[in-house]
Amino acid sequence: MGGITRYALQRLLLTIPMLLILLTLVFLILRVMPGDPVAAMLGGRNISPELMDEYRHKMGVDRPIPVQYVEYLNGILHGNFGKSFRTNKAVVHELFTRFPATLELAFFGLFFAGIFGFGTGILAATRADRPIDHVVRVLHIGSFAMPLFWLGLMLQVIFAVKLGWFPVATRLGGRLAFTFQSVTGFYLIDSILGGNGAVIVDVAKHLILPSITLGFAQAGLLGRMSRASMLEVLDQDYITTARAKGLRERVVILSHALRNALIPIVTVFGLQFAILMGGAVLTETVFSWPGVASFLVRSIEARDWPAIQGSVVFIAIFISAINLLVDITYSFIDPRVRY
Amino acid sequence: MTRALIKGLDWIVRKITRGRHALRRQTVLKIGLLTVFLFMLVTVLAQYSWFTPYDPVYYRDAVRLESPSTGHLMGTDQLHRDVFSRVIAGGKASLIVAFGAVALSMSIGSILGWISGFAGGFLDRVLSLIMDAIYSFPSMILAITLVAMFGAGIGPMIWAVGFVYIPTYFRVTRAEVLQVREATYVEAIRAVGAGNARIILRHIAPNTVNAIMAVSSFNLADAILTVAALSFLGFGLPPPSPDWGFDIQNGQKFLQSGSWWLITFPGLMIIALSLGFGLVGEGISDLVNPKRKRKRG
Repeated sequence: MGGITRYALQRLLLTIPMLLILLTLVFLILRVMPGDPVAAMLGGRNISPELMDEYRHKMGVDRPIPVQYVEYLNGILHGNFGKSFRTNKAVVHELFTRFPATLELAFFGLFFAGIFGFGTGILAATRADRPIDHVVRVLHIGSFAMPLFWLGLMLQVIFAVKLGWFPVATRLGGRLAFTFQSVTGFYLIDSILGGNGAVIVDVAKHLILPSITLGFAQAGLLGRMSRASMLEVLDQDYITTARAKGLRERVVILSHALRNALIPIVTVFGLQFAILMGGAVLTETVFSWPGVASFLVRSIEARDWPAIQGSVVFIAIFISAINLLVDITYSFIDPRVRY
Repeated sequence: MTRALIKGLDWIVRKITRGRHALRRQTVLKIGLLTVFLFMLVTVLAQYSWFTPYDPVYYRDAVRLESPSTGHLMGTDQLHRDVFSRVIAGGKASLIVAFGAVALSMSIGSILGWISGFAGGFLDRVLSLIMDAIYSFPSMILAITLVAMFGAGIGPMIWAVGFVYIPTYFRVTRAEVLQVREATYVEAIRAVGAGNARIILRHIAPNTVNAIMAVSSFNLADAILTVAALSFLGFGLPPPSPDWGFDIQNGQKFLQSGSWWLITFPGLMIIALSLGFGLVGEGISDLVNPKRKRKRG
């Protein structure tokens, strides 16, 4: 077995206890901590104790905690997350139909974060201590203090309401929402496959404002990291050598420095995926984006307990998978990492 | 007034750090402290009705949804209330929850970190795994889920936001303890016969304070945003009380008609306060580790 395959397998095995702890935490938070899920679900409505007991029995929360725990894990193993109270469909079904929307948004969010982050970071590093460097650094620090939901709303006011360049919210405009047939759930892919130019443009336009909003959560951090990392690399002897050889500055930066500067940033990319999912909650809510995160918020509002638990578990599994993926990618970028 | 404040802050900073040289030109730290101090002062004063130009809750005589004018600097909302008065009074929940949550997570996280780092072995491994699991989970989603469990309001928000930050302090103190534990002077103290409790409290804890101070400032900055987001999603204070996050949620309904002032001003306040805490964190980090200054982004 090759080194990388073995490492991937080992890493996969290590993910299991981590995931188990995450799932246990979710269970503990939702079941053991103060608060009766049934009372919470019925939300203070005046309901007889008998009916409450019936609900408790139906939800299975009247059984001992260890029994519930085993059933909970067993359910997850079989991909059974229960049935949503609100929509009366399987939670797994609800999550999988919404997942592509979240993934599409996250992908383009990362894309914007990458462009802003790397771009500004490298710009600042190559012009260290000059005015542009100071401006960029202030912007980076400022971006940490930006409430994402507010940024989203301001973008809506400026670019959608006042200027009318982009649509305010959702994934598709007006009539298209009824006629558009989605196959994969990824609207951009579907629209390109469909080959209708107007639809592609509409889908792309709907994606831009939410992606910028979501990407902003990471842009500042990526920018700071890439600036620091780039500065460090530019100090190295081999860069001096490259310059002494008479290579153009652009070549030195892009093909000599950038690759090594990227190494520490990729790890952050993965670690910060959690932040991205957190940002998705706000972005999806502001832009009425029908994804997993806004499903969770709506489930919380409706006190739809199985849906809340299912969404949280789903996100936990997703995050673990991403972390695994990033770890493996890391070894491709940095050949020094050997297993 | 501003000069006197800066002078006062200078004095406080000098006292805290016993006039160490590095402190002379801490502009970033000073601006941060000044911002935070002003916000706290205004928020406290704004709880008295004589301080705000109009009553943030009960004043109802203005034209509704009026754009900013000299009479109403930041316009009025759909219930005829003065936005400016609401904005300067709206930081109460954010500040209380941010400080409460950070205090809570700092105490729990640091104690667990000290114990874990000091005890080592199985306990350390289990605690670290649990903390890593919490840490890897999106903090915003965790906070929302917890608030949904605990119910809306200031108390539940403190618990929810505080819980989310526990791993941060755990990691910082544990790393610090592992480093200090092996130091020669700790060995010497142990040889002299000092017990574990004494070593932790008198020798290890003071060494972790620097790192914790910087981390907690950044956490405060983040907590302000988290609280705003929770309020925005409707898990904060009940309606009539002025609150930035909630007021933005309210303003969202009038966004299509172009009432930009309802959301713009509360948002700017959130940014300014969070930025203030962030700058304090930057300043402290530079103080603690002067080498960092050149490298920081």
